Amino acid sequence: MRQFLLVAPILVPLLATALTALLWSRPAGQRLVGLAAALLMLAATLALLAEVLSGGMVVGQMGNWPAPFGITLVVDHLSAAMLVITGLMGLAVAIYAMGPGAQERDRAGFQPLFHALLMGVAGAFSTGDLFNLYVWFEVMLIASFGLLVLDRTREQLDGGIRYVMLNLVGTTVFLLSVGLLYGLTGTLNLADMARVAPTVENQGALAAAAVLLLVSFGAKSAVFPLFNWLPASYHTASMPVAAIFAALLTKVGVYAIIRIFTLVFAHDHALFGPIIGAVAIATMVVGVLGAAAHYDVRRILSFHIISQIGYMLVGVALMTPLAIAGSVLYVIHHIVVKANLFLVAGAMRQMGGSFALARLGGLWATAPLLGLLFLIPALSLAGIPPLSGFWGKLVVIRAGLEAEAFVLAGVALAVGLLTLYSMIKIWNEAFWKAAPEAAPEAAPAPGWTRGERLATFAPIVLLCGVTLAIGFWTEPFAAFSLAAAEALLDRDAYIAAVLGPNPLQLAETAR
Amino acid sequence: MEAALALTIGLLVAAAAYLLLARDLPRALLGFVLLGTGVNLAIFAAGRVGGMVPPLVDPGASVLVAGAGNPLPQALILTAIVIGFGLAAFALVLVMRAHAAFGSVSAEEMDEAERPDHAGPPAVPAAAGAGQSAARKEAA
Repeated sequence: MRQFLLVAPILVPLLATALTALLWSRPAGQRLVGLAAALLMLAATLALLAEVLSGGMVVGQMGNWPAPFGITLVVDHLSAAMLVITGLMGLAVAIYAMGPGAQERDRAGFQPLFHALLMGVAGAFSTGDLFNLYVWFEVMLIASFGLLVLDRTREQLDGGIRYVMLNLVGTTVFLLSVGLLYGLTGTLNLADMARVAPTVENQGALAAAAVLLLVSFGAKSAVFPLFNWLPASYHTASMPVAAIFAALLTKVGVYAIIRIFTLVFAHDHALFGPIIGAVAIATMVVGVLGAAAHYDVRRILSFHIISQIGYMLVGVALMTPLAIAGSVLYVIHHIVVKANLFLVAGAMRQMGGSFALARLGGLWATAPLLGLLFLIPALSLAGIPPLSGFWGKLVVIRAGLEAEAFVLAGVALAVGLLTLYSMIKIWNEAFWKAAPEAAPEAAPAPGWTRGERLATFAPIVLLCGVTLAIGFWTEPFAAFSLAAAEALLDRDAYIAAVLGPNPLQLAETAR
Repeated sequence: MEAALALTIGLLVAAAAYLLLARDLPRALLGFVLLGTGVNLAIFAAGRVGGMVPPLVDPGASVLVAGAGNPLPQALILTAIVIGFGLAAFALVLVMRAHAAFGSVSAEEMDEAERPDHAGPPAVPAAAGAGQSAARKEAA
């Protein structure tokens, strides 16, 4: 049963991809299959989380090959939490994608690509093998390429080319570092690599390969010097696609950084801690300044993704249990809030007729409910208590102060203020000011039927509920994050769980 | 042998870097293909070159015979070639679509996604005076 639960989050979207592709000419059927698969995936990931909470880490060797030789799937606390949040986001976006524009999207192949994306993300979260991580990255990437240019407008083609070119180079760098690490350690299994890495003779070469890995994960998660592709492309995607991208894609990079640098390169933390810390600071500052400078809702939100990635890296930079717990809590909170903000932006576009703040206005008068639903994630993103973002920031900053990383903690505080500034900017321009006279009448767009309205608002309300739950009922989430952090820092337990008590030695020819 | 391989990898990656910096998108794409080839060769080199004995395990045994070639890099490279081919094919189609839409393959001339009027500051409210907003329009 445990083994079945382990592969379920990958198999369910795989089946959904196949079925929806077979139903290519029947968009309505595709939508039903897609929704059912999203529900099933959420259920499967929840069952897996329950299994991890009750019985500890779930490990499976595919094809029953002994540990370092075959393909290993490992789900620990962090992976299980990420899988559940993937299931939740998949469900929310699957419902939202039934809203306005569903017909055109489904005809262009939204459903198969969407589920292929979920499969890639779930695979990346549950694999225990570096080369498989690369393969899942590629599954995710090729699906995201297709999703990004779904409408085939000029804007999307341009954004798509920027996204494709930079990501191709990023994953090629990943492949190179996989090859180099294999050459140095003689293994691709993460647990085995963690066991062998401290004993490798040529530590300089190992560090060089690790830096290449950091570069490729950094490009994936859009950290400071490598973020340019994100604000150039995300805002061109249709809103359900932008929401699922914002929720999951960059976070897979963050997850990979957390996983690899707490497991394999933990012995080299004196070298990588300061590098990751500096990257985190620069990422927070640059992202929030970009957001402050822009006047398009989608662009502001895109830049905020970058800025928040910095908070998530603080844990890896400091490597204390509290700091890593802060990162975990922050990732969970951020995925929910950021996806929700993109969903709200889509609803604002439906009601106000534009994404540009200059052409929006008066939404508070015409759509007070939308205003309320915007305020919850927006204030949470800025870290206003008692919403979920406050707790995430509190733990991260407190961990920074305890580790005497005062610059890191100070920057995190200041960036929170600037985040609040740009959220207030959206509020003032879109909701509070009078509707601009020149703008076309803010009438609901054609085709805004009752069903579409429900499909648009149901996931927004659902995700607002999750944000409020994390905010008002923080204790279990905080306890879970601490447990996840302790599991991440206990490398010996991870290695023993994957390899067994007496690890097999690889043949010398491979070294 | 290893020196020649290393030199080849270096040349491929250098050529790839040069091509990737081109404004011309098909050239950049060729750069990606060359980079992929260089990286595949690097994986091959990382798995140690030298063994010429085929990597076959004798019946009953669980380890390779001494001096056998390392099969794992070859499996990795095969996977990487397939993935790289798929990505390159997708990117090529994307460039063709972009060429049809923009009438050019130069990255310089594709500026739709970050056009400045998408990001312009909000218009000044009517009370602030019409002259100012007119000036803004002219600047834009």
